[in-house]
Parts: sequence; structure tokens; C-alpha cells
Amino acid sequence: MVFSYYPGCTLKNKAQDLDMYARRCAEVLGFTLEELPQWQCCGGAYSMAQDEIASKLAAVRALNSAKEQDRTLVTLCSACHNVLKQANHDMKENEEFSQKANNYMKLAQPYLGETKVLHYLEVLRDVIGFDEVKKHVKNPLTGKRIGAYYGCLLLRPGKVLQMDNPENPKIMEDLIRALGAEPVIYASRNECCGGYVTMEDKNLARKKSTAVMQNAAEMKADLLVTACPLCLYNLKKNTPEEGRLPVLYFTELLAEALGVKE
Amino acid sequence: MSKYDKEQVLCSSGVNVLKCMRCGKCSATCPSYDEMEYHPHEFVYMVEKGQIDKLMASPSIYKCLSCYACVERCPRGVEPAKLVEALRLLVIRQQGQNHLKADDIPALLDEDLPQQAIVTALRKYSK
Repeated sequence: MVFSYYPGCTLKNKAQDLDMYARRCAEVLGFTLEELPQWQCCGGAYSMAQDEIASKLAAVRALNSAKEQDRTLVTLCSACHNVLKQANHDMKENEEFSQKANNYMKLAQPYLGETKVLHYLEVLRDVIGFDEVKKHVKNPLTGKRIGAYYGCLLLRPGKVLQMDNPENPKIMEDLIRALGAEPVIYASRNECCGGYVTMEDKNLARKKSTAVMQNAAEMKADLLVTACPLCLYNLKKNTPEEGRLPVLYFTELLAEALGVKE
Repeated sequence: MSKYDKEQVLCSSGVNVLKCMRCGKCSATCPSYDEMEYHPHEFVYMVEKGQIDKLMASPSIYKCLSCYACVERCPRGVEPAKLVEALRLLVIRQQGQNHLKADDIPALLDEDLPQQAIVTALRKYSK
């Protein structure tokens, strides 16, 4: 089984672990991530403005490139996932935007949102199946209490991303359970870490990330997992050292359980 | 009367401010509430009243984290973050009004900062 794969800018740089473990685990689970040729950075954020066109085209080009290969497009970074799905939704549902974007790109065939976009977690849940993942577990993570940190971009806007219940998600908890560990539910798991504001207002990022970390610690998590490089950064760098839990990419945890971490 | 057009904000954001029933859930759920001069629910009624200049001049437009909490949780589908986005764009689309300049970036880097933070901040703060 081969998927088109959009790694995004950060997975080629600071978040190489997120990418590497994902590819290794995919091999074990019987699918391949084939990187799109000449993809461009998605921009990290999808503009909410109706009159922003050019800044959304990199995502549309990636979507069209997967369409040309007749494949589902898989992505790992929460931000890329958010941008690709929102762009796809607009190309399908927003006629004015779709027309403008197509006029701009002058493709051989107009792109109208045909590509299916899946987050890697959705591949595990909906294509492979968590029961099948469980069968491949070599080192069950028994006794570990793990908090899933969703943050904002993986789930919202729920109507567009269609990944999970945005207020009471369970996709990562189900994965944690399949790996033999115990998921820890805590209230802040889908609240924002402060995101890009760390660039100009460290104090705000610290407040937000610290609230998440303290809440997870109160609920007695041993460690946190996330799909987002910026969440990982904020939770690791913008929280007080005392009481800081380890934060890993979910793919690293998966690799550990599947016995392909080293 | 505002120098800038309310219609432009409504058109760029796609928001219908008249749907708002003033429940305040957007502000209640906003992670940046404490940092804001004007809060999400105020964006809605101030745009309705045409107080565009006031909002454009407020640091609040750079405090929105684009986390979609108010978008997701608004029971009327007003989605105030879209107004913040439209107002910020009205400012930074003007010549010389970028809130973050590329030249400022090197001083803000540390060895772990993900590229995602840089590209997102540039998307949000500059044109």
C-alpha cells in the first residue's frame, strides 16, 4: 500500500524524529510513504480570510500532485494536516476561491478537491486498524500512563478536518491503548499551547504551555505525546523545568512499541 | 465614522456579525483573553458598529493564536477569529506595516525552534 506523503518543512529540519519513526513504523505495518515530488511549505497556518488566494496555493499544488498520482495524501504535522484539509475543503466547497485558485495555477485539469487527505493517525485507525497495530506490538508499554496532547490544529475546525470529536477526541488514546499503555484524560489536552506567539510573546506561550503541563501532571501522566512540532517545542521549552513531563512525538512511542526505535 | 470600511472586513472574513447572540462563549474560551484589550465578543459588536480603526490600532489583533477555539465553540457559527484575521490583514497589507519583519527573525531563533513557528508567524504577522 503506497500513499503520497507530504512531510512539510519542519519534518525535514527540527522534527526529523517525527518523520523517521513514522516511516519505519509504516514499513512494519505494511504501507509506504512516498514523498511528493517538489512539494512546497504549506505556510504553517491557513488564512481564515476569504480574499487570501496566493498564500494557499502551495497546499493546493500538493493536493493536485497527489491527485495526479491517484493516491491518498498522508501527512504527519498537525499544521500541515490543518492547512491541507482546509485548502481541500475550500477547493471543493468554496466556488469563488476554487475558481480563482484554478485560474492562477492553470493546471491541465482544474483541481476541485478530489484528493483524499489523511493524517497518519487516521491511516492507523481507518486503514490499518488499531487492532492490527496491536498485533505488531513487540514491546507493550505496560504500566505507562500517557497523556495525548492534541493542541488546536489537529482537531479544529472539526467540521472541516473531520478527524475526531474536537471536544472529546479519542484517536490518540485508542492508539496508546493499542500499544499497551494507559491513556490519561486531562482537560487541557485540546487547548492551545500558545503556538507561534512564542516568536513575539514568550510570556503568553509560557502561560499557556505551563497550564497544559500542570494539568497533565495533576492527572498523573508519566509522559505526553503529540503530533505537532510547535506543541512539542512549547511544552519542552516554555514550561518550568520542575514538574516538566517528557514530551515525545507519537511516532516515537509507536516505534518503541513496535520494536523499531533503535 | 471609520476610515476603513466595515464592508471590507465583513467581505474578507465572510462573517455575519448579526448572527451573534452575545453569549460570550468566544471570549470565555479564548486562550488569549487575559492579553487582549478587546476580546473576541467585542470584535463582533465593534465591527457591527463600524469601529474598524479602533480595532486596527489595537495590539489585540496580534494576540489571537488562531487556535480555532472560538470558531469551534460559537453556538451561532459567527466565528470571531475570522474577524481578527481580516482586521490584521487590513493593517499588514499596507505598505511598511508588517508586524514582524524577516530581518527580526535571526534574533528570535534558538536551536530548537521549529520552522513551523517561523513560517506561521510570518504568515500571521507580515505580508
